[in-house]
Amino acid sequence: MDFVRDNLPYILAGISVGGQYALIAIGYTMVYGILRLINFAHGDMFMIAGLMAVYAVTWMPLYVAIPFIIVLTVLLGFGIERVAYKPLRSAPRMSVMISAIGVSYLLQNAALYITGGLTKTYPNIPFLADTITVFGATTKVVTVVTPFLTIGLVILLVILINNTKIGMAMRAVSRDFETSRLMGIKIDSVISMTFIIGSFLAAIGSILYFTNYTGVMPTAGAMPGLKAFVAAVFGGIGSIPGAVIGAFIIGICENIIKGLGWTTFSDAFTFALLIVILIVKPTGLFGEKNIDKV
Amino acid sequence: MLKIENLNVHYGGIHALRGVNMHIQEGKIISLIGANGAGKSTTLKSIMGLVDKSAGSVIYKGEDITKAQTIDIVKKGISLTPEGRRVFPDLTVKENLLLGAYLRKDKAEIKKDLEMVYGLFPRLLEREWQIAATLSGGEQQMLAVGRSLMSKPQLLMMDEPSLGLAPIIVKSIFEIIKEINKNGVSVLLIEQNAKAALEISDYAYVLETGTVVLEGPGKELITNDQVRKAYLGA
Repeated sequence: MDFVRDNLPYILAGISVGGQYALIAIGYTMVYGILRLINFAHGDMFMIAGLMAVYAVTWMPLYVAIPFIIVLTVLLGFGIERVAYKPLRSAPRMSVMISAIGVSYLLQNAALYITGGLTKTYPNIPFLADTITVFGATTKVVTVVTPFLTIGLVILLVILINNTKIGMAMRAVSRDFETSRLMGIKIDSVISMTFIIGSFLAAIGSILYFTNYTGVMPTAGAMPGLKAFVAAVFGGIGSIPGAVIGAFIIGICENIIKGLGWTTFSDAFTFALLIVILIVKPTGLFGEKNIDKV
Repeated sequence: MLKIENLNVHYGGIHALRGVNMHIQEGKIISLIGANGAGKSTTLKSIMGLVDKSAGSVIYKGEDITKAQTIDIVKKGISLTPEGRRVFPDLTVKENLLLGAYLRKDKAEIKKDLEMVYGLFPRLLEREWQIAATLSGGEQQMLAVGRSLMSKPQLLMMDEPSLGLAPIIVKSIFEIIKEINKNGVSVLLIEQNAKAALEISDYAYVLETGTVVLEGPGKELITNDQVRKAYLGA
């Protein structure tokens, strides 16, 4: 019991940051599921969402700024797909990946240009940034809100994918482009939809994450992006529940390690985990088996 | 109904179709036979707009659909049941069928057609909630045909519906094709099983290295020496 009590703040922080990773990881895993592309720009889009909030609050009240940056992030994700990935639809997969890396650097450099390389402080969102006490541990409200919000959004997403027409089309397209076209499905609309959902969740994730870690700098998306990517691989890339569970596991483990006093190694742990998964179970926890087409 | 004129396709560096001419009449079963690599599948895919055409024209009901998008071709009432069935393996039988009706908005009619497909293939009704990957090859073929029918096609094109199926199932597939045709759907059929195809066809085309080398009523081609030697093994 002592262990739990002593480490409660770390466990809470772990669950919270895990939820934030999960919201980013879903974007990676959904895009991979459909395009078989690792969207390297996803983490940077998350950072841009953070920066947009920094600037937006100087022009408008917070309750306008939040929906505004969510919409802008969604438009950014949609636009990136249209400009950088869609023209390469029939190109080899490697070309699209290189394009993704290019977009990633473009976003980072744009951020560097705008901020002048200075770390910007994320706006204080009143309710989320308030402190509360949970079982004797003092933390921000966002820590408690994140897991519930994450799980709520994931449930909505799963319902969308399993029970709606567009969800059915997404599952079909992720399996077979050509046959999907024969059904009359517009592949490009389905792909856009995936990017829209991924960007939307990343925008929510950025609000939660930066409320906790308030420094926004051009490389702020790299680490959470990479960790979310590891979470997606851990859960089995292409699988939404896998990405969410992977993200929570990584978030919690990382923070418990910090709690044990090995903060220096907490990042190393995540990447060591990646290496172990790739060796032991490359398809991850819930990864798709390759079904051979007859 | 469908007129193909001088269709040319270049495909991965080869000249796959070299001036194909075909005419599909309304209400008939037309078959297209030929050896592997003769260009049969390419012909159907290029009609559907899945493969770019380098020359020629495709006229459907007096309308030029040569450059139309696949989605618009499906809307106009042409459906292709692709080679190898290509059912969506992790979707249920019912979801697969509903995807066939993806472009339709008439909910009541879709429901009716779903019942019509289940009437045609009672096995699919029994397995309505199973995922398609768990079906046998024959059942998957039934699903693929049923899925095509769900788009309410006026012209149904089938690419090797009997491939890899047990003889008894092949027979029932051909029966079904006849029945679909009787209900007013024109059929364009590709088959390796040339004899069975010619027997049910009103008219047939023989394709060799991208050109039509022979054509005529199905019953006539069965007795044609050239066809017998090359495709019927007699």
